[in-house]
Amino acid sequence: MNGPPISRGFRGRGRGSDASARVPPGQHLVTDFPVLSAGPTPPADLANWRFAIDDGDSPVGEWSWEQFNALPQTDLTVDIHCVTTWSKLDTSWRGVTIDALLEAAGLAEPPGPFALIHCDGGYTTNVPSEDLVDGKAMIATQFDGEALDPEHGGPARLLVPHLYFWKSAKWVQRIQFLDSEVPGFWEENGYHIYGDPWREQRYDGD
Amino acid sequence: MTATEKSTSAPRRLQWMTATVRDVLDETPRVRSLVLDIPGWPGHRAGQHVDVRLTSEDGYQAQRSYSVASPPEAPQVMLTVERLPDGEVSSYLAGDLRVGDSFELRGPIGGYFVWIAALGGPLFLVGGGSGIVPLMAMLRHRAAASSQVAATLLYSSRTAADIIYRSELDRLAGKGDAFRLVHTLTRERPSGWTGLARRIDRAMLAETAFTPEASPRIFICGPTPFVETAATHLRDLGHTAHLIKTERFGPSGR
Repeated sequence: MNGPPISRGFRGRGRGSDASARVPPGQHLVTDFPVLSAGPTPPADLANWRFAIDDGDSPVGEWSWEQFNALPQTDLTVDIHCVTTWSKLDTSWRGVTIDALLEAAGLAEPPGPFALIHCDGGYTTNVPSEDLVDGKAMIATQFDGEALDPEHGGPARLLVPHLYFWKSAKWVQRIQFLDSEVPGFWEENGYHIYGDPWREQRYDGD
Repeated sequence: MTATEKSTSAPRRLQWMTATVRDVLDETPRVRSLVLDIPGWPGHRAGQHVDVRLTSEDGYQAQRSYSVASPPEAPQVMLTVERLPDGEVSSYLAGDLRVGDSFELRGPIGGYFVWIAALGGPLFLVGGGSGIVPLMAMLRHRAAASSQVAATLLYSSRTAADIIYRSELDRLAGKGDAFRLVHTLTRERPSGWTGLARRIDRAMLAETAFTPEASPRIFICGPTPFVETAATHLRDLGHTAHLIKTERFGPSGR
């Protein structure tokens, strides 16, 4: 069987470091924080900011910016992996876990097996509910000890670090729990429905 | 985005294909176009990109995304690559690579930052540096499809020598088919330069963009601060956010 064509003279720089075991296939490490968004960055408006949880079409919880910041806050240091092939290690976030949000809404568990995340500008992404709980995900409002920059999703973004980073939707406004899986924005546009970086699920069919 | 722009193709696995370099064209001192033969290439739409994977002799692989520069109508796929100072992959593609060499590629990818002539216009394209590449695919498609849609390109380059596709853009602008070309240079004003010579700003966008009432389809591609600036001003000028499509690259984004 033929292997891939060898690029004569190509050496590359990414191998051999202690960190390589933490870098999924096809990814490379960066130290800066690239920005990728499909449209304009929305202006932050904390006075009118709301975050909501819906069970289907029924609201089950809603928080203003003040109320949200009064919820129990959690610090999380995680590696993140963007589908455009950069990975960044040991990123520090603060926010409210989805577990804490569900508890604040009086729910013992997600009201549906699938979640559709809604954001300012109409962007959506889908995540199975089980990937949001047990400390695996949060609504993050701080990065590296500072308020989250608008171009990185501030005032608040979803953080689901074990999936490709497009799932960690910027400018998040609402989590809608559903009985069936509804593909989000990039998922409708050729990207993988689940997006596990360790299985290199970049595109539809991977 | 509207339903008509959603990808309707059935799920299929994107296979790695072998691209063989048919030709290399030096566009500027730091930018090179690669004309590729790709057996099995399924076709693409203007604005889409591909993933490129290089393999070294000891099996190490590196993967990056690049926009397609050629229109769907072209017989070969063209990529245009800027050699970045620290670019593990770009310094190879726009440096060591020779005609006849092969590498792996898969795509096309992305159903969002895409323009097809049937979508109509007007079309307002804003490019910074090598952010011109997917916009050039749209302009080439517009020309190949004989589209009469009004189109304006606002293209920011550092110096005149850094302008990619300069003569082809001049030729397209000279056809008198409602395509307007506006250059701006940010780091020099050469003698005899009649174009703009400053960073993009609100006044420049107000003057070059179509009015919000004309509902132009807006595509912005370039470095992150450039895209942030352009998109924010255009939204403030009254353009609808959902008609403003952006593609950004940071120092490590490609």
